[in-house]
Amino acid sequence: MSEFVLEMKDVYKAFPGVVALNHVKLQLKPGTVHALMGENGAGKSTLMKCMFGIYSMDEGEIFIDGQKVEIHNPMDALTKGIAMVHQELQPIPARTIGENIYLGRYPLKSYGPFKVVDHEKLYSDAAAVLKEVRMDFDPKMKLGELSISQMQSVEIAKAVSANCRVLILDEPTSSLTQNEVETLFTIVNDLKAKGVAIVYISHKMDEILRISDEVTIMRDGQYIGTWEAKGLTTDFIITKMVGRELTNLYPPRSNVPGEVEFEVDDFTSINPKSFRHCSFNVRKGEILGVAGLVGAQRTELMEGIFGIRSKTSGTVRLRGQELKITQPKDAIDHGVAMLTEDRRGSGILGVLSVADNISIASLNKYLEHGFLLNNKKIEELVQENIQQMNTKTPSSKTPIQSLSGGNQQKVLIGRWLANDPDVLILDEPTRGIDVGAKYEIYTIIADLAKQGKSIIMISSEMAELIGMSDRVMVMCDGRITGFIDGKDATQENIMELATQFES
Amino acid sequence: MNEKKNFGQIVIDYAKSNPIVILLVIVSIFVGLTTKNFFSWGNFNNLVSNTAVRFIIALGVSGCLITKGTDLSAGRQVGLSACIAGILCQRGDYSGKIFPNVPEMSIWVVLLIVIAIGAIIGIINGLIISRLKVPPFITTLGTQTIVYGLALVVTNAQPVGGFQSAYTSFVAGKFGSANGFQIPYLLIIALLFGLFFWVLYNQMRHGKYMYAIGGNEIAAEVSGVNTKKTITLIYMTAGIMYAVAGWLVAAKSGGASSAMGQGYELEAIAGCTIGGISTTGGIGTVSGVLVGVLVFELLKIVLQFLGVNPYYNFIVQGIVIVVAVALDIRKNIKKK
Repeated sequence: MSEFVLEMKDVYKAFPGVVALNHVKLQLKPGTVHALMGENGAGKSTLMKCMFGIYSMDEGEIFIDGQKVEIHNPMDALTKGIAMVHQELQPIPARTIGENIYLGRYPLKSYGPFKVVDHEKLYSDAAAVLKEVRMDFDPKMKLGELSISQMQSVEIAKAVSANCRVLILDEPTSSLTQNEVETLFTIVNDLKAKGVAIVYISHKMDEILRISDEVTIMRDGQYIGTWEAKGLTTDFIITKMVGRELTNLYPPRSNVPGEVEFEVDDFTSINPKSFRHCSFNVRKGEILGVAGLVGAQRTELMEGIFGIRSKTSGTVRLRGQELKITQPKDAIDHGVAMLTEDRRGSGILGVLSVADNISIASLNKYLEHGFLLNNKKIEELVQENIQQMNTKTPSSKTPIQSLSGGNQQKVLIGRWLANDPDVLILDEPTRGIDVGAKYEIYTIIADLAKQGKSIIMISSEMAELIGMSDRVMVMCDGRITGFIDGKDATQENIMELATQFES
Repeated sequence: MNEKKNFGQIVIDYAKSNPIVILLVIVSIFVGLTTKNFFSWGNFNNLVSNTAVRFIIALGVSGCLITKGTDLSAGRQVGLSACIAGILCQRGDYSGKIFPNVPEMSIWVVLLIVIAIGAIIGIINGLIISRLKVPPFITTLGTQTIVYGLALVVTNAQPVGGFQSAYTSFVAGKFGSANGFQIPYLLIIALLFGLFFWVLYNQMRHGKYMYAIGGNEIAAEVSGVNTKKTITLIYMTAGIMYAVAGWLVAAKSGGASSAMGQGYELEAIAGCTIGGISTTGGIGTVSGVLVGVLVFELLKIVLQFLGVNPYYNFIVQGIVIVVAVALDIRKNIKKK
């Protein structure tokens, strides 16, 4: 018997033009949490997809309990005891929780020669595994009625139901609140006690240091090393991940907030459970951080202001002038822009080129004779924009969907730079982006503030809010519960305001 | 990226990514060498005239497809336009006139009338799709049926004939001599429309907005694109193209009936997809549409020259559609 439940050796995988994995190894001990770290594009997800049979390796071997195995597809992986909770969940919201858990392997019963789905067994089994992950839901509920974190627990229940021995959690906490993270950690510890080896992929250092036993770090498709988590420091991990010293997490800021530029007064949603009576303002050249737990309705409020969501009351003023905004176009025409939270869903134009993605919001500036576009000037803008944002793309004609997450985000921020708004709302601008690219985005934000733009930045990362904001606005359950000066903001005083629920 | 490719390399690359086109060119050359009259001005005229009308219809549908929509009412709109154009272009002294009291009209006035009707139907399609959010497939399935009903009502299900000679001779007109070199007016009309659409898709805001909506409608809206207006304009433009095509088709056939245009929408959609317009949205070019439609029409003529039983034509055409699109999709799968 090997000391490892699963071992990947010498894995090599190339895509056209890129070596995604260059002779990488991974060794998992039973009953441990093994953190897999690296910048976006380092090859973590690719390695996991190889383990789970979504990709086939060009070279390399996988051993389970010292035995060499071949994994051709996810079904293969599942039967060999490997389960994966994906970075972006892929559930079927219109079907029940039970059906989602047993998708592809429904229990059957026979009526003579006919096999039909045994619903009774399906739901009783589902109820049992849900209990194991501490979720007391009726398995007959539609999955779509659950919150994102609950759906994630269902995914974990699915893994548990397969009696997995290796569980891959790919960025499991990216959309969870602190409480939900705690619940997840309890489940992880339960599984660990049962001898399951857990591969944990995350960008959040505090989580990694708290929960993991071992840490493997990758960089640019290379294996860098494996360490015991005990005794590792954030600095050490970041240095290994980035391959250089990162002295500052946040750039120095020299913006000076001026006059009040943008005022929002008494915003109330059409939905009674969403934002209500929200009033705030932003100064010229100020970065206003917006903090809150998931469900605090921060995104909803900003989308309400931007004209994506309906409101029952509320006014918006820019330099004292009231704006009438019923759709995003109105906001943009008045110089208010918003980078949305869901990069894939409402950000990128996937199959279109980087150039088209950058220029789409500012085509009006390039009209000649009222109807013809000056494509040459647009290309100049695009080239300048790519340089300014330090976007890494083979060319301006490359479809945006083939860039990494960080570079996609740079293109989207570049889209608004090209449009040159006065007020820029950024909703989770660094979500799912690696450390190096994060710093670059912070620099750009600081630069924009210095130029006199008013920035509103929603973030779920406390450190980012504290490090970047001139002022932090905190929301809880649809209401604004307070403002804290950037210099005085701490995790504690933000949390206190973020949990001021109405009794 | 900036390497200059030589001509040979370009041809090879094109052949690799467009095997159906190359296959058809080879078959055409073979047919041309083994049969009489394939390479003749008469046949050229025939091919070009057929392609021209279908190209115009396909241009109309292309915008709908690029924005992940479709337009099943295309064929019936062509039919309605043909019927109305036919009725209004009947000779003043024709005994079978459907509206004997209507005086003889200029064919250009008639063209403007059918364009206006096409635009209205297109706007209705566009409004239902963009405002009421009814899926394009269902919307245009409904309007297809309505438009067919209208064609039956205006013609009373009777064939329409007896056109002014100015009408038929213009559409059948050509530069050059009857037996030698000739360029049909239809070719020039189609190329002008092609040029207009090229400018629309590449040099104008509307085109960029159209591709953006096809790429990600929500993202386009968030970026300040007036998606409702753009979609409505796309269906309106499409309606205008069908109207023009109907006006041409009636004169070209020398008569019109309510059955005219049936199935044209499917040919147009097939042409677009063979020409590389992605049904998942955001991708497609005017030159692709031209190639797709041309391939389809060439295929029909080749089969005719090869003496294939006409009943088999549909089977072959169907296979070509599926194979062409399957090959196109394979290209994208490989890239992932």
